[in-house]
Amino acid sequence: MELNKLDVISTFIYNIILYNIPLLYGTVGEIVVEKSGSLNLGVEGIMAVGAIFGYIVGCYTNSLLVGIVTAFAMGALMGLLFAALTVSLQANQNITGLTLTTFGLGVYFFVGNAIKAVRWPVMGDYANIKNGFADLHIPFLSDIPVIGRGLFSHNILVYLGIIIAFAMWYYLNRTTPGLRLRAIGENPGSADSVGINIKRYKYLHICLGCGIMGIGGYYMGLNMSGSFNSACWINGYGWIAVALVIFANWNPAAAILGTFVFGFFNTLRVSGSSLAIAFPEVLGWLAKVPTQLYQALPFIITALVLFFSSISKRKGSGLPAALGLNYFREER
Amino acid sequence: MKKFLALVMALAMTLSLAACGGDVSGEQTAGADLKVGAIYINSKNDTAGYTFAHHSGIVGGMKDLGLDPETQLFIVDEVPEDKQQVLAAVDTLVGQDVDIIFGISFGYIDAMSEAAETYPEVIFSHGTGYLSNETNFNNYFGRAYQARYLAGIAAGLKSLETGNNNVGYVAAYTTAYAETASGINGFALGVQAANPNAKVYVKNLGAWADEVNEKAYAEELINTFGCGVISQHCDSAQPQIAAQNAGVFGCGYNSDMTADAPAAHLTAAIWNWNVYYATAMQAAIDCEGDASKFVEKMGGPAYYGGLKEGFVDASPLTENCAANTDKAIAAAKKLMVDGEWDVFTGVKLSVAADGTITQADADLVDNAGNVIVAAGGPSVEDGVITGTMNYLVAGVEEV
Repeated sequence: MELNKLDVISTFIYNIILYNIPLLYGTVGEIVVEKSGSLNLGVEGIMAVGAIFGYIVGCYTNSLLVGIVTAFAMGALMGLLFAALTVSLQANQNITGLTLTTFGLGVYFFVGNAIKAVRWPVMGDYANIKNGFADLHIPFLSDIPVIGRGLFSHNILVYLGIIIAFAMWYYLNRTTPGLRLRAIGENPGSADSVGINIKRYKYLHICLGCGIMGIGGYYMGLNMSGSFNSACWINGYGWIAVALVIFANWNPAAAILGTFVFGFFNTLRVSGSSLAIAFPEVLGWLAKVPTQLYQALPFIITALVLFFSSISKRKGSGLPAALGLNYFREER
Repeated sequence: MKKFLALVMALAMTLSLAACGGDVSGEQTAGADLKVGAIYINSKNDTAGYTFAHHSGIVGGMKDLGLDPETQLFIVDEVPEDKQQVLAAVDTLVGQDVDIIFGISFGYIDAMSEAAETYPEVIFSHGTGYLSNETNFNNYFGRAYQARYLAGIAAGLKSLETGNNNVGYVAAYTTAYAETASGINGFALGVQAANPNAKVYVKNLGAWADEVNEKAYAEELINTFGCGVISQHCDSAQPQIAAQNAGVFGCGYNSDMTADAPAAHLTAAIWNWNVYYATAMQAAIDCEGDASKFVEKMGGPAYYGGLKEGFVDASPLTENCAANTDKAIAAAKKLMVDGEWDVFTGVKLSVAADGTITQADADLVDNAGNVIVAAGGPSVEDGVITGTMNYLVAGVEEV
């Protein structure tokens, strides 16, 4: 079959962005949390909670904005739980994070099944949600061949995610509260000694980061057209986000790049054979790659990233020195 | 403290004695004392998907027989395909004194086989597997390819109507399993019966369920390969939703997916699991406590029901279907129900525009050009359809 070469490329680029932006939300959210010195492994569960509440409330109110705010608020509420357990009660962060994953997925299915038993909101019935998540046509930019569709014909949450990523980069690196937050992540003792309210900063930023993750979950639900089944919408993206934080070196702007590199390999599975058919001479070999390898690819990349980032002792690592350590004032 | 403990224990014993004494009245129906056990791969509370389909089938089958699922059904759910965990689930159910255990997932096969030897007094019935013994252990599956053939006719007629000969198929696997290969082939032959010029493009998911990619694959088939009808062998309704979003049509699987994509859905190949479960539970009742008679009562160690038994079917046609789809499907179905014709034979059906069907001898050829059944030849054996079919028929292209 003859395929339109330009269409294949533009669809490939389009899919890389459409399907992987939730990773960006998860990663940026986790960076904000980790910069406060807290390691939160509950991304998957937090995204699931944001997704289910965001979707249901958004549909019931027929407002995308309410959905986004709800997803943020429910994610932040999960963050509050994490903060209460780890900051105030000094619980182990790893265990608490894993618990939040289990808890979040449980809440997702509990709420989802309960609503489905009564009446599940079908996305197509809510015009504001459906149209709100539809692709935007940007004058001139969307009309550029190939990259117009690939890069500039996306839904509003794609652009929101990228704006949030840049905003968080600016906040962390160019503002006083951002500087203080980084100080807490590096050495909470010193930060405390100059009068920074450690608890308040940690609480606020854990909630903020988790709220951003929640929006990512909501995106995932909308992209699945809100079809609720026996599998969770988040589908493991939360875990990849945790790894992407390291790949991005705790830099929210670099997380955008990380998301697309990752998305490239993720999307190869879908588009690999189309690329092979469209460009038989150059990419014909893609058709011979077994599906299983495509499936494993994102995780192989994750493993490689973790491997290389742990052996490289590069200068300027963004790893917060006090990451994962609870700060207990009396032990200072 | 000791006195208090003794008091509590005495109280507990009295109460449990009272509990034993009760509940002897009530109507006695045949099988009122049958205890049914079930091992599920996902949650019994699911509202969609594989476990949901089986759970609904077991509950439905019990109601067909007048059994009470509240008191007579014992479930261990969320059991992964791990031998030790399945054996533990079996132990739990045997401890609850069940008479028959249904294991619904393919990967339970070794554990079910072993447990059937360990507990000869219990009946074991394994879904989608291929192992069995002569006495208390059987397997069950259905001729989904027959239902898919009917759905294929609907898809083929639709492709004629729209003038788009490209049909897409999101497949869990392709030739790795006979189940998936026979499903693709059954569907493709149905499509070709209505539209001989149609091509079926198959994308291999490499997983039984992967919702995100089920959607992405369907979109790729629609956008890049220009498919105008999307069929599927995967759990979620995402391919149908993708078809609706793109303004094309689709055939679902497992359950009627009309509600998920009302503007796109034509018909789905569906399972009526309660048909098997009622049959098996009736056989278990007929065994009258002697589990070793089960395979004999079932008429063999492998149950393979189809359209004839009502085990599989095409869901009610929607208004999206092309004209005369109902007539064509009814005629093809009748041939299979009456046992006059089956899908994988040397006889080909042709659907005319008015929905009538004609038969003609023709080679059954795979997409590498090999003749599978010569013109006029007999049906491919059941053992091949369930076990070794590893080719795709002509007109199918894996992309």
